[in-house]
This record gives sequence, C-alpha cells and structure tokens, in this order.
Amino acid sequence: MSETFEKKALIVGGGVAGIQAALDIADGGYQVILVERTPSIGGHMVQLSEVFPTLDCPQCILTPKMVMCGQHPNIDIKAYCEVESVTGEVGNFTVKIRHKATYVDWDACTGCGQCEQKCPTKAPSEFNRELAFGPRKAIYSPFAQAVPNKRVIDPDHCLKLTKDKCGICAKVCPTQAIRYDQKDWFEEIKVGAIIVATGYELYKKENLTEYATDPDVIDGLEFERILCPSGPTAGVIRRPSDEKEPKEVVFVQCAGSRDPDKHLPYCSRVCCMYCCKMAMLYKHAVPDGQAYIFYIDVRTDGKMYEEFYQRGVEEDRIVYLRGKVSKIFRQGDKIVVFGMDTLTGKRVEVEADLVVLAMAMIPNPAGEKVKKVLNLKTDQFGFITEAHAKLHPVETGIDGIFVAGTAQAPKDIPETVAQAGGAASKVLSLFSGVEKGQEAVLKELTG
Amino acid sequence: MKIPYYPGCTLKTKAKDLEDSAIAAAKVLDIEMEELPRWNCCGTVYSLASDDLIHQVGSIRNLVRVKEQGANQVVTLCSMCYNTLKRANEFFLADEEKQDRINRYMDEEIDYTGDVAVVHLLEILRDEVGMEKIKAAVKKPLTGLKVSPYYGCMLLRPASIGIDNTERPTVMEDLLRALGAEVIDDPYKTECCGAYQTVNRKDVVVTCVHSILTSAQRNGAEVIALSCPLCDFNLDNRQKDILQTYKGFHPIPVLYFTQLMAIAFGLDESVCRFELSYNDPRPLLKSKGLIE
Amino acid sequence: MKIRLSRENVRGEFVKKVEMISGEDLLKCYQCGKCSAGCPAAFEMDILPSHVIRLAQMGQEEELSKVNSYWICLSCQTCTVRCPRGVDIAKIMEALRLVTLRQKNQNKVEATALPTELLAELPQIAIVSNLRKMSG
Repeated sequence: MSETFEKKALIVGGGVAGIQAALDIADGGYQVILVERTPSIGGHMVQLSEVFPTLDCPQCILTPKMVMCGQHPNIDIKAYCEVESVTGEVGNFTVKIRHKATYVDWDACTGCGQCEQKCPTKAPSEFNRELAFGPRKAIYSPFAQAVPNKRVIDPDHCLKLTKDKCGICAKVCPTQAIRYDQKDWFEEIKVGAIIVATGYELYKKENLTEYATDPDVIDGLEFERILCPSGPTAGVIRRPSDEKEPKEVVFVQCAGSRDPDKHLPYCSRVCCMYCCKMAMLYKHAVPDGQAYIFYIDVRTDGKMYEEFYQRGVEEDRIVYLRGKVSKIFRQGDKIVVFGMDTLTGKRVEVEADLVVLAMAMIPNPAGEKVKKVLNLKTDQFGFITEAHAKLHPVETGIDGIFVAGTAQAPKDIPETVAQAGGAASKVLSLFSGVEKGQEAVLKELTG
Repeated sequence: MKIPYYPGCTLKTKAKDLEDSAIAAAKVLDIEMEELPRWNCCGTVYSLASDDLIHQVGSIRNLVRVKEQGANQVVTLCSMCYNTLKRANEFFLADEEKQDRINRYMDEEIDYTGDVAVVHLLEILRDEVGMEKIKAAVKKPLTGLKVSPYYGCMLLRPASIGIDNTERPTVMEDLLRALGAEVIDDPYKTECCGAYQTVNRKDVVVTCVHSILTSAQRNGAEVIALSCPLCDFNLDNRQKDILQTYKGFHPIPVLYFTQLMAIAFGLDESVCRFELSYNDPRPLLKSKGLIE
Repeated sequence: MKIRLSRENVRGEFVKKVEMISGEDLLKCYQCGKCSAGCPAAFEMDILPSHVIRLAQMGQEEELSKVNSYWICLSCQTCTVRCPRGVDIAKIMEALRLVTLRQKNQNKVEATALPTELLAELPQIAIVSNLRKMSG
C-alpha cells in the first residue's frame, strides 16, 4: 500500500442505493462524494406512486434521506455530473469528473423557480417518462423535492440556446444566475474507494413486436407516474390517448423477462409485486374499474409479500390469469389482448382501455461509461459481476470498488438498501482497517 | 436482370392471374423471370418432422434444377412454395449426414450443396429494384384505393426464413405506397387464413377469414392485397361460405399484389386475368378510374 | 380422472418418439400458454396447444389420441415464433400427427374419399398441403 491512503469515498449514482451508502459512510465519519447524472438525487424510487408491501409514499420516506444527504457535512453531492475517467488503485483513485453545463450558476441560484414558471417552452419530461400530459419546461428542476434544489437548462429545447431568442429566464432571475455561455467543466478528485450504484432502466416496449406500439400500451414506470398523487395527473387515472378514465386495465407480467429465446432469460423479481400493487392502487382510485393480471407465476419472496398479494386478490378483486399474452392491438377505442388461462385451458380475450406491460429490468444504459472506465466485469446483460456470487455480493473483482443496488442484479428496495449498507460497511472497514494498518507500519518504522 | 422462376402447381391453373400479372409487371422493371425447366411440385407444406427425408426430396430437386441453369437464385411468387423450398434448403444445410443421404437418393441428379438462395418477388422488389424505381415506373397511381395488405403465415414464419419482421412487416405496405395506394394497416394481416383446413374443415377457414376480413373492413379497407394462392382461395372464394354463417358480412374484393402493380404500371387489363377472381374487383377499380 | 405417473410414461417410448420426430425437448416448455393465447385455430380445438404439450410431457399417449387439436392445427407457426423458450410447437404438433399416421396406418383424410366437385373447386395447393398433413 502506498504512503497516502485517501479515506474518501466516491459513490456513482444518486438513487436510493447511492443515498443510503453515502449516509452510512458519512455517519461513519468519512467524506463522501456522491456523483449523480441527473439534476437531482433520488433515482427511480421518487418516481413511484406507493411502494410495496407497506404502500408507503416513496417521496415521503426517501426525501428526508435526500435532505440529510444534502445537509450532511461529510457528503458532497455533485449533481448533473458524470465520471469521465478513473486511474489508480484502492486508496489512490484519481477521478476526473465532468460537470455538465447547467447554464445556471448554482452558487447564485436559490431554487426559487421564477425562471421555470416564466419559461415559454415545454419539453418531454424524463422524470414523467415523457408522458404527453406531463411536460417540463426548457429550464427546469426534475421534480418539486429535488436535492439540490437548483435549475438546469435543456440545451436542445431552450430557445435562447438553439435560436438566440427569448431569454426570459435571465430577465426574471432575482439573483442573475443564468449563464447562457456556460460550458462543461472538469474536476479531479482523489478517493480511496468507489461504490457503483448506477441503477436500472426498463427494457424497451418496442422490442416486443407482437405487442402494438400504442399510447395506451405503457410500461410500469409510466403507470407509476399516472398513479402518483404528485404526478402529472395528480393521481387521477387517465389513459394517455384520450385522457379518459380506463375501466378495464390489463397488466402483462414477464414482458421481456423469462424469455430466453427472444429477449431476456432472467426474472426481473419486482414485477409480480408491483403489478399487484399497481392494480390495487388503480382499484383504490377507480372503484368501479377492473384489473386483470396475466402471469406465469406470482413470485412473492419477501417479508409480508405473499400476504400483500392475497390482499390484492381478496380486497381489491384483481383477476389473475395464468397465461402469457400472445398479441396486443388496437381496435377502435379499445386495446385487444389475446391471452390465455392455462388453469382452465381456455383462451382469454380482453378488450382493455389500458394495458400495462411489466417490462424487464435492465442495467441503466447510462452506467455503461462508468463500468468501462472502471474496467468492471459484467455479465452478458451488463449487470456488474460480483467477486463471488454467494459470499461476496457487494465486492467487484477490483480492490476498493464495490457495487450496490440494481446495477448488480434486479432487486427490490429493502434489498437495495440492505446491499447499500453492506457496500458502505466494506468501505468503512477498508478505511478504518487502513488506519490500524498505517499505525502498525509507523510503529515498525519508528521502532 | 434474369432470374430463374419457380411457379409451383397452382400458378399454372387456378392462380394464373398471379403468374401473368407478376411476369408482366416484373418485365416493366427489367426483371426477366425465366421458368425453370422440368420443375416439380414443391410438396407444400414443409414437413416438420426431423426424420422425413423423402418429403424434402421434391423441393431439393427443384433447387438442383436451378443449379443446372447455372444460377444461384430462384424467385417464387407463391408464399407456400417460397416457404417450402427455403425451409427444405435450411433443413438440407443443417445436417451433413442427411445431405449425403438425399444426394445419394437423387442418384441421377448432380450433387446439391445447399447454395441456392430462394427468394420471393417482394424481396427482389425491395432489395434489388428499390421502391424509388418502382414509383418511377408508375403510370396510373392507385390514388384513393384503400388497400389492406395481407401477409398470412408462409412469407414471414418462422423468423429464420421470413422476408420481413414476423410481427411488423412493412414490405407490402412500402410497395403499395410506391404504387400510390392508400395503405390500411390492420392487426390481422399476419393471422392465418385457415390454410389447408379448407379441404375438409371449411368451417374453421370461415371463422378465421371472417375475423381477418372484418378487421380490415373496420379499418377502412376496400380491397385486400396478398401473395398466396391458398390465402387467395380462402379469402376470396370462401366468402360465399362466410355469407352462409355470417349474414351481415359485406363481400370485399381480393387481389394479388402483382395485379395492383400491373394496373399501376398501366399494363393492359388482360394480364391481370380478373375473370379468375371470385369477387369481381372490376367495379371497384372502375370506380377509382384505374381501369376502363 | 386420475393420471398415474412414473418413469414408464414420463420417460417412456411415446415421449421419446415425439421428441425424436419433432427434434424438440418437451421439458423446455414451462407452460406459459402464450402459444395457446395466439393460436388462430384454438376456437375449434378440444384442448389448446399448451395443454397438448402438457399431456405429452406426462407421456399421456391415450389421452392425446382422443383430442382433435393437432388435426385442427394450421401449421401457421404463430406459436413457434412467439414461444419465449424457443420451443417449436408446430413441430410437436406434426410429431403427434405422425405418431398416429405411422402407427395406425390410417389416414385422417382419404384422398379417394374427397368428392370430385370439391377437388375441381379447390386449388391444387389446398389438396396437396392438406394431404401432406392429414395422410401418411
């Protein structure tokens, strides 16, 4: 080991895994740098409506942790940043970080939101999964409880940056924080350990060619935004094509998962639970609606999960149909679903108002760069390979680099948080172990 | 370009309209389809058994004929012949021991090595001619004609031999647009017509075809375009059986895509052999000003 | 109705024959039902494709001999192209047809029994393809 050992941790990815690991390491007394690609930490969890099996509001339970991250003396959040390159080894990583141009001076920005209110340009909101009824502005913060609470200009839609017109935000900003001429800038930091927590994305619906591409055939995250009380429809269930309230909603599990021949062979683990949850929430919002769930199995392997599923069936009258859906297409006002009930041996057809596909979970494509830069071993799907599948689930093959959350494999929130704590503990023991190590070495040298 | 052409049995009799219109339309695009000498029935439908070598011989023999012409490619018009020949070739290539047995069985023929490419005319139109050239050859655009292309099964499935994406094909749509028609997309365009059940279980065909045609009509189709003589029989002739079961059904004309090409290229109506159609397409075509 | 299972049926001659003729591994099927969901001939079948495979997996030759499913099958390959496990269901249907045709030496459709008017009306392609599937 070299003479200096940097007892600072870098966490790549500001979702719930990154947030938890950051808090654990920071509470342990060490400095943490939390790099997040989007303008705010929070990840996918803050997009969700309610989480299983407790039906907690995820914004309510995560935002306190987000705020703690923001205010913790040991945590430095670098939002709207990306890791450009990494050299070195455990204890001595040199990391180059790109600060993407926000076109706003974040030291001056107070997060008042005047600019966003007055901005005349709308753009599809990534946070709202680009649903038509939930656009954002060209200058924006992704959601109301963003940490940090700053604004960012989208250079592809901003009229000033594309056509040299408008400029209203600069006029109304009370602290003159707008900087149209800002460029990306770089920073080099030294850290001793890295945790990769780049998270997941959903497999694209368009890959399932037998299911029509249609505004009313949506995936889980889109429906979460519609269900979410703080979402684009304020929790009123509307379907994207005509904003009508759907009365017949079909959920299709294993859309892309467990499909070794054409798509992904693995099970995405959370879909059985979230389909049940979404069907329940839908029923709570539309009491005279009906939810159908087409499944192959119902996998409820967590604490209180089986009971949750039974509640969904008994209390909210979800009709579960064991059989995969072969074809989905539009017929006038309805979406026709060709399904199967293998338990009675009969084909089942539903004329749905809305279809929700439980798309497979894939590693976040935005995390590709980090994995390459760190030379991390991944499986053929891009999930980071653990040092040992059974006994070293948070270590990668490289000393000092750890993994937490869905970047390693599909999992739910409790497991993510636990794994994040596990990765954090590895970092903490690494750092405190080094202290002891250094003392021992010094003792030897000085006699 | 000159290319060996395999007609298959039905194109010489009940589906002469497909053959005549195709050969004439292809000529406009400088494609000379030269009929293979001594061709025999392809033995449709492809035998799905792994040990059924004798059923592959008929198809392989036709490919030997192609080699005897010094060619490496053969074009077909009938979807079923396309499927049977191509799958037989795939079967042949997959197993050396079976190759040997088949070659030795066809004792007097030259040894076949599996190197003939079986193509459908639609592939040639898309990949070798190109839609731009087809558009340029159009003298009478099919303006205002609402056409719903129907693929059926054999052109697209299985994926290894399909001429296009199995669920979302676009080749016929692109062709029809190049001809100036209004294309009606329809979710039933890849559903099976009932195929060979038409012999002893035509009730099965009636149900299948009723769903297909009514879906197309619901989406606004005025005419169906297809490529297979069996689909044509089921979708066109069997409409009389549909009317017996489904009283409210409205007949709709069914044409081969090559007949539409011939009309669009301004060729004489006689190459289309409309008299072979069950539902007369002439009133519709006249009303659109496409024929006299 | 009870099914008695043992190695005799689940790894017996019938299963081996079906797997040999079709070239498919019956146990690859995890009974998701997608083939049945999309089968255009399902409305006329006694039991649907996924159940046919289920009975085949369990070696239930006699049960299968009583159903019409594989005779109604259109060989349209819709099941095959959509199966998530890559099972070629169309080939299994063919194997079941052939097991009957080869064993019983009795054709499902006799060419000589077809009325002349029907033969005159039908395109050759229909007659050829039908007899290819329905006769030995």
